[in-house]
Amino acid sequence: MTSEKKVLGIVFANMHDSAIKELTDVRTMGSVPYGGRYRLIDFTLSNMVNSGIDEVGLITKANYQSLMDHLGSGREWDLARKRGGLHILPPFGHSAFGIYRGRLEALGSALSFMHASKARYVVLADCDIITNMDLRPIVEAHIEKEADITVVYQKKKADIQTSAQSTFFSMDEDGRVVDVLVHPMVSGEFNMGLDITVMEKSFLENMVVEALSRGQYDFARDILQKRTNQYRIYGYEYDGLVLSVNTMKDYYDDNMALLDENVRAQLFPEKRPVYTKIRDEVPAKYGLDASAKNSLVADGCIIEGEVENSILFRGVHVQKGAKIRNSILMQGTKVGCKCIVQHAITDKNVTIKDYRMLNGSAEYPVFVAKNGVV
Amino acid sequence: MFTKKECVAMLLAGGQGSRLYVLTQQMAKPAVPYGGKYRIIDFPLSNCVNSGIDTVGVLTQYQPLVLNEYIGNGQPWDLDRAHGGVHVLPPYQTSSGAQWYKGTANAIYQNMSFIERYDPDYVLILSGDHIYKMDYAQMLEFHKKNNADCTIAVLEVPMEEASRFGIMNTRDDQSVYEFEEKPAHPKSNLASMGIYIFNWKKLHRYLTEDEADENSSNDFGKNIIPTMLERGEKLFAYQFDGYWKDVGTIDSLWEANMDLLNPNVALDLHDPSWKIFSRNPVSPPHYIAPTAQVQNSMVTEGCTIRGMLDFSILFAGVTIEEGAVVRDSIVMPGSVIKKGAVIEYAIIGENVEIGEHVCVGARPETVFDKSKWGVAVVGPNVKVSDGAVVQPKQMVGSDI
Repeated sequence: MTSEKKVLGIVFANMHDSAIKELTDVRTMGSVPYGGRYRLIDFTLSNMVNSGIDEVGLITKANYQSLMDHLGSGREWDLARKRGGLHILPPFGHSAFGIYRGRLEALGSALSFMHASKARYVVLADCDIITNMDLRPIVEAHIEKEADITVVYQKKKADIQTSAQSTFFSMDEDGRVVDVLVHPMVSGEFNMGLDITVMEKSFLENMVVEALSRGQYDFARDILQKRTNQYRIYGYEYDGLVLSVNTMKDYYDDNMALLDENVRAQLFPEKRPVYTKIRDEVPAKYGLDASAKNSLVADGCIIEGEVENSILFRGVHVQKGAKIRNSILMQGTKVGCKCIVQHAITDKNVTIKDYRMLNGSAEYPVFVAKNGVV
Repeated sequence: MFTKKECVAMLLAGGQGSRLYVLTQQMAKPAVPYGGKYRIIDFPLSNCVNSGIDTVGVLTQYQPLVLNEYIGNGQPWDLDRAHGGVHVLPPYQTSSGAQWYKGTANAIYQNMSFIERYDPDYVLILSGDHIYKMDYAQMLEFHKKNNADCTIAVLEVPMEEASRFGIMNTRDDQSVYEFEEKPAHPKSNLASMGIYIFNWKKLHRYLTEDEADENSSNDFGKNIIPTMLERGEKLFAYQFDGYWKDVGTIDSLWEANMDLLNPNVALDLHDPSWKIFSRNPVSPPHYIAPTAQVQNSMVTEGCTIRGMLDFSILFAGVTIEEGAVVRDSIVMPGSVIKKGAVIEYAIIGENVEIGEHVCVGARPETVFDKSKWGVAVVGPNVKVSDGAVVQPKQMVGSDI
């Protein structure tokens, strides 16, 4: 990528934390575990890296210890660089507004970071969607349309609960945004925003300074919605696979979706790998009476019982006679002998003692919090 | 930061491993895959870093490409250090000419200037041919406590097998009085593991002397150790009693892999305090399909299993299609076993394609003439076309 087209990535780790409180109580949205060995941020970062972005600022707010631990120097994403690379931007308490209230204030505390970058364009992204997306065509479209702001959207059906956390766009024939709905309580099919936004860096810097001087902090309401006519805002429709995490039910379904070969092929294409932290686990081991069907199993697991329709993260131990069905067992979960676990989500390092039964339903899976003992 | 290092490790990784035949045609033996996600060299490298040794020279010579790329800057083993770390040391040219490494001792001799840069008190000599977990720091303590000039790690082997090894005959205080290479009538069963700790100053002198001797074959076992004994230097045997396996032959490579599936074998890779590090593939967790049957096996990331798997080890990114059967076998990274194929007692190399209904190997009880039975091997990048048969003990090095 030539220097005139150099792109800076800015990732918001904490946006949407309230969507799945059970999991974000102890971590950021970005560090929510997914798919056996990933954290949600792995998809956002890998998409950027695979699109040629080698300079990324990560805006955090709260509970970001697990995130820092996961990312380290950024080496696994090839972002441990002398020039550019990964910069973690912890919340910068401002005398005027304390820790940020919205996206614009968050960007306000990242101004000096943005200023130091030599990139011409900026891609903003959150950590609440799971997708393997090439960002280059979006930047190209932004340049071609001579847009001020390009927002990425997808046509999606939404219920009231989902739409209450989403932004919807209406475009004219040219793709220019003419109307914006922020967190409407409606249901139906909409052009749902994916919180991936492209701008020229100098435009973004000026916009943030100006908005803050007017006491505005909400990017969706104060910029996208109020300045639809003032700015050239364009929509970019993305038609690839996007799984979004708005509720615990979504979280469960998005994990289970990985048992579909077609979904795995779209999320993990050979040419655009998804990078994550390396833990040097031993390959998974299957015991004498083990049985596994339609499941995704990570390294470090020891399976001596039966596993079906489930996702097992790294280092899960299923002891003899235990039966796991339709469940998501996160890193280090221990399941005792002859346990029956159905429709459950266990957070990290949960222990289920011998002979216990956990029964949830597909609509409402049982959740066991981090380090819990059942 | 630029202080001396107490102990520098030199890892002899130039071995051809000719008895692994097709598996080592394109790579040196230490680069041969083992245990689902490792290469043999991961064991000595991980042992070094777990023992607190952070400076390792890896001496390469035969087919170094795979090994060089694999070691890279040493980051997977935490050996990318500002001072020290892992360095690959191929033979090089000097103003007085160039030569290959003539023997194990000559390889170290040619790299004395590398060792001198760290001004070490001790040098640890390792080979890249063995699977074992060992705390070299304990061996170094033993060496220092005995005020030894050289300490040789030894392992008790069954007496009837002792004549296949280099045997150390020791006194009660574990000092060595005699070394016999493959003795017909062994006096002890303490076999050398090819792991030595030398006082660097002393080794420096013996290497220089040995190099000047035109009749020497420049080998530690054949020349350096016997000469040191002759001169009355203090040599001690450090007894190791954990799991140790030479993986120099097809059978021993197969066995060493199968040992990982045996609960009675004392090689625990799960110990968090002694992790074996490796360069990890970037792939999603493995997928076990509804049609699959998986038991007594090790499976790693990127695999897709739709067939049957029993007593086997799969490396990263292996696909086993529906109706295929893999038993008592090892399948190395990226290989595909197509529908209806049956793989028994076999080693399948990297990126192999086994066609539909192919048969590779057989169970020993199905072969009447036992001399005709052995582990079947399909070499790396080979394509075996639909319906082909690979006999037990057969080695396939090119497409059939």
